This record gives sequence, structure tokens and C-alpha cells, in this order.
Amino acid sequence: MKKVFKIEVDCANCAARVENLIKEIEGVEDATVSFMTQKLSIKAPAEKMEAIVEEAVKRVAKADPDTVIYVR
Amino acid sequence: MFAELTTKQKKMLQRILAAALLYLLAVLLPLPQIGKFILFLVSYLIVAETVLRKAFRNIRNGQVFDENFLMAVASLGAFALGEFSEAAAVMLFYQVGEWFQDYAVNRSRKSVSSLMDLRPDYANIEVNGQLEEVDPEEVEKGSVIVVKPGERVPLDGIVLSGTSRLDTSALTGESVPRQVQEGEEVISGCINESGLLKIKVTKEFEDSTVARILDLVENSAEKKSRSEAFITRFAKYYTPIVVYCALALAVLPPLFTGMADITVWKQWIYRALTFLVISCPCALVLSVPLSFFGGIGGASKRGILIKGGNYLEALCQVKILAMDKTGTLTKGVFRVSEVAPSEGYTKEEVLHAAALAESYSDHPIAVSLKEAAGELAGTVTEVKETAGHGVSANVDGKNVLVGNRKLLAEAGIAFPEEENDLGTTVYVAVDGEYAGRILIADQIKEEAAETIAALKKSGIQKTVLLSGDARKTAEAVGRKLAIDEVKAELLPEEKVSAVEVLLKQKKENEKLAYVGDGINDAPVLMRSDVGIAMGALGSDAAIEAADIVLMDDRLSKLVTAIRIARKTNRIVYQNIYFAIGVKVLVLLLSALGYTNMWAAVFADVGVAFLCVLNAMRCLNAGK
Repeated sequence: MKKVFKIEVDCANCAARVENLIKEIEGVEDATVSFMTQKLSIKAPAEKMEAIVEEAVKRVAKADPDTVIYVR
Repeated sequence: MFAELTTKQKKMLQRILAAALLYLLAVLLPLPQIGKFILFLVSYLIVAETVLRKAFRNIRNGQVFDENFLMAVASLGAFALGEFSEAAAVMLFYQVGEWFQDYAVNRSRKSVSSLMDLRPDYANIEVNGQLEEVDPEEVEKGSVIVVKPGERVPLDGIVLSGTSRLDTSALTGESVPRQVQEGEEVISGCINESGLLKIKVTKEFEDSTVARILDLVENSAEKKSRSEAFITRFAKYYTPIVVYCALALAVLPPLFTGMADITVWKQWIYRALTFLVISCPCALVLSVPLSFFGGIGGASKRGILIKGGNYLEALCQVKILAMDKTGTLTKGVFRVSEVAPSEGYTKEEVLHAAALAESYSDHPIAVSLKEAAGELAGTVTEVKETAGHGVSANVDGKNVLVGNRKLLAEAGIAFPEEENDLGTTVYVAVDGEYAGRILIADQIKEEAAETIAALKKSGIQKTVLLSGDARKTAEAVGRKLAIDEVKAELLPEEKVSAVEVLLKQKKENEKLAYVGDGINDAPVLMRSDVGIAMGALGSDAAIEAADIVLMDDRLSKLVTAIRIARKTNRIVYQNIYFAIGVKVLVLLLSALGYTNMWAAVFADVGVAFLCVLNAMRCLNAGK
């Protein structure tokens, strides 16, 4: 399944970095961060999605505190 | 201009101005060395605070190489070398550049989101005779909503009562309003211009046209173009390489030339720091997605929805264009296109007699006849319809036969047989005598020939018509429009295999596009490199399957789309070559000692400035 989140990311480079960070999480099939639209989309198996999103928020908060992911 | 700044931007602008003021004071006032140093340092700290903080944090997280690190090392290094004014200036200009980029990005975001501002805020529902505003998402299928003049149609539906003009420009880029009346379909996102409309909702909000379009536009940034992927990868390797080069530049030459000489060390360290200043890849990394964003945004303003930067890129490489016929090249509506009376009759007489005889029929041919004849007056009796032949009737006392050649042949009437490739010929006889024939044909769109010619001129090497229609009809259209190849009588799945054959013919970096109206050709749309659906408003399958959606059915939009794609791509490559070129040049010059930190910072900020301005031109592409 695919889920899209709003993300606040400061620069195009940071977006690329956050994207790579999330792609490395286990179970993530694909992830994209669009700097222009400020959207994060994660593709992953439905049953793992919740854990992955949680992990993504944690990793991003640690590596790049200026980036905020809005989990609805 | 400043009203639209975000709080973040306002704060940074204040800092930049304060730092600039202190910097000027330090340069202009006749202060002792220590006074100047303090002013430069304060000026520096005001603008450098965020950069230093981020650089420090990144080092702690083990992610060293980013622009914050580069700028922190370069500026602190310059301070250590005693180059106070340069250290402060580098940071000041860097922040000016960053601020400007931020401003530019925000502006394009706003300009694109305002043109995609289709989301309806509310729907009016009648409850106990009172209108109530509710969230469109809560309205159920089958409910009746009221749309007042000036309001946006919130949901797709059918007009129950009222007539009005609808402004569809936000959806199609078309400024001529559409007339609607009872029984007609309306789509969400249009603006009701004149009358009060009562609409029966046919789709829930999440399936409505507006929701689909917004979804499509919002997801378009996910499909990144190859050039965008390239730049991100480039930045990932480029920065560390430059940092190691700078390190080597600072250490190696002094080791060999003058280990003990402090001025030699100073000179090479200074060059290395200059190296770091220009190494920042931000402008490049930003300008590529900014260009594609602008291109896609500009296209949607013209009623062309593009599902991703990759398709915008692919559109430039299209060399083979396959097309559907009905609804794409032709209008898909059958109309009287020619009336040829026999001697002793006028066109009007023939058309009138035929339309009257057919006046009780709702066969498509009868509908076209009646439409062409306009107002009818006469008495029609003894109507007899023979399936597969036509109609005989008594019109104003005369026996009229209207039908195909079988009908007249069986009645024993002599007539000149004249079939036409483009449509159906209807023969008319009055009182046992041949009166004339009427050609009812699908019409080729007015701008079709022009568009095909323009497409060929713009670099499409081969045009192919893939039609499910009879060979004669398809070939006639192909001939009229100068299409290179015609494949007719294809079933939908045969169209897919025809496209596969064409896909094998092209070279590796060439692309094939298919244009269809989205009815029955979703598999072909998906199979082609670039699937383009036209006139797709309201056709869910087409919006789903296509990569590019032309919102109305004007073929000329295709030329516009290709023009936008070309321009966006050109701008992207201009920026890539320009930015990398200038950086490499300045890197070389600074390694050789021909330039200083001033030149480096101007090169960096200047390149960023020009690239961003250039990228913003994409928003207006296709005008």
C-alpha cells in the first residue's frame, strides 16, 4: 500500500537526504520526498506500515530536527 | 511583495539586513583593528547562527557533508586566517542566496497552488426548505445540492432544474463558458456564472472530478525525472569529493614546497577554503525540481495534467505518435456534411423531405437529419420503417423514401450510386423518383490537419492512426491529415499489439506516445511510453490510465504540451550545464590561485540566483 504524508522540509538537498533515510528502513518498498510539494510518500506492505511510519518519524527527528512529518 | 513572506522568511530578512548594516559600518568607519573585528564577528554570528548550529548537529549525527558544513568550515577558516571581512561577507551572501531561493520556491508553490485551487469549500443542501452549508465530503450520492451563481460546483452530477453558464477555465484552460440546462451533466470544479442550479449528485466527493484531479496533481511530484535523479545522485558524490580535494589542496602543496613557511600554508589553506565556498550544490539541486514543478504547474494552467516530471521529460523524446481516430482526430459526432440534390430539387427540399420522413425515428441518422434541417413543417403519415433499409412515409401527400441503396433498389428506382469513405450515404426518393443523396459523416476536427503538421515540424518522425473503424473510413481520414501509417479494423487488444510492434521499431532513447479519448483504449494508454488521454473530463478510466491528460478535446493542446515539455527540459539542461560549468571553472581558478573568496561567493550566489530565475520561467512555458 501507499501512504502520503505532509512533510515540512527546508531544502531540496534535505529532501533527498530524508528520502534516502526512509528508504533504508526495513520493509520500505519505495519512498519519495518532494521538496516542491512538501509531500512524503511511502510504499510498504500494509501490515508493516504503522511501524515503518513510526520509525521514519523517529529517524528523521534524530537526523534532521528541522524536518517535520505530519502523521494524521 | 513583502506581505506574502512567511514568518521564517521575515526573521531571516531582518537578520540579513542587520548583519549587512554592521558589515557596512565595519568597512566604512575608521575603527581600530579590534573594533572592526568585533563588528565583523557580530555581523557574522547574526547570519551564521543557523548554519553553525546545523553543521554541528550533522557532525554529531555522522552526516558530515552538506552545505552547512561547507559554509561553516569555510567561514570559520577564513576567520582563523585573519580574513575577517571575507569570512563575514561569505556568510552574508550565502544567506542572501538561500533567502532568495526560499522566496522563489514559495512563490512558485503559491502560484501553482492558486491555479489548482479547485477544492470546493462547501455544498449547499436543502434541509426543510432551508439551505445548509455542508462539507462536500459528507454529501451522499443521489442527494440534491443547490449551486448559486458565483459558487463553485462542489460535486459531479446532473442538473435537475435551472440553466446557467459554467466557467470551466480552472479545469480546461478554456475561457468560453459552457451552457448547461436541465438533464445535462455538470462536473465539479466549474464555477456557476449566472443561474441557480439544482444538481443531483452522481458521485461521492472522493470519486469526483475535482478530487481526482487534485490527487493527480499532488502525486505528480513523486514520479521524478531522470535529470532530477541524476542531480540528487550527483550532489551526493560531488560534495564529499570537493571536500577531500580541498583537504588535499590545503595539505599537499605546502608539504612539498615549504613545510616550514607559515605564509605558504596560509596561502594554500585560503585556496582550499575558497574551494569549499563554491562547492555548495544547492542551486543545482533546487533548480531541477523547481523547473519540473513549474512546467507541470504551467501545463495544468492550460488544461494539461501531467502525472510526473518523468513524463514531461519523455514527451520531449517522442518520435512516434500513435493516434485513435474517433473522438481524437474526428469529433465523434455524426452530422450531415453534404447534400447532393438531383436535377429539379434543391438542397433544402431534399433535406426537409428526408427529415420529415424520419421525424418519428430516433435512429442516429434520423437525429442528424433533423438537426441539419432545423425547423420542420409538414404532415407526415403512413410511416413505415424497414430495419437495415430505411423509412418510407407520406409527407404532405407525397411518397418519400429515405434510406440506403437497398431501399431504393427494391423499390425499383434508378439512382446514381455514390458511396463515400467518410460516412454513410442516405438516398432520398420522392414519388418514385430519385431526389438526391445526403452524406452523414463524422467530421474531422478543424484544427486536426494543422496540429499534425505542427507536430511533424516539432520533431515527431512518424504518425500512425490506429482505428477500430472500417479500413475505408480510417484510410480516408489518414489521407486527409497526411498521416504516415494507417492501421484499421483493430479490436482494442489488437491496438495494444500494434503499439508493441511500433515500440520495437524505435531507437532506445526515443519514445512512443499514444493519444486517445480514453474510451476502450486504457490498455493502449498504459502500454505506450507516454499515454495521452484527451477530452478526459469525467472519464475516470482515462484519467487513471493516462500519463498526461488533456482536459478538453482540442487537439492543439498536444502541441502546447510538447512545447511546454521542450521548454522545461531545455531550462533544466541550461541550468545543469551552466551551474556545473561555472563551478568547475571557479574551482580550477581557485586551485591555481587566480581567484579569491569574494569571487567564489559571488559565483555561488550568482549561479543560484540565475538558475532559480531561469527555472521560474517554466511556470510560463507554453504561452
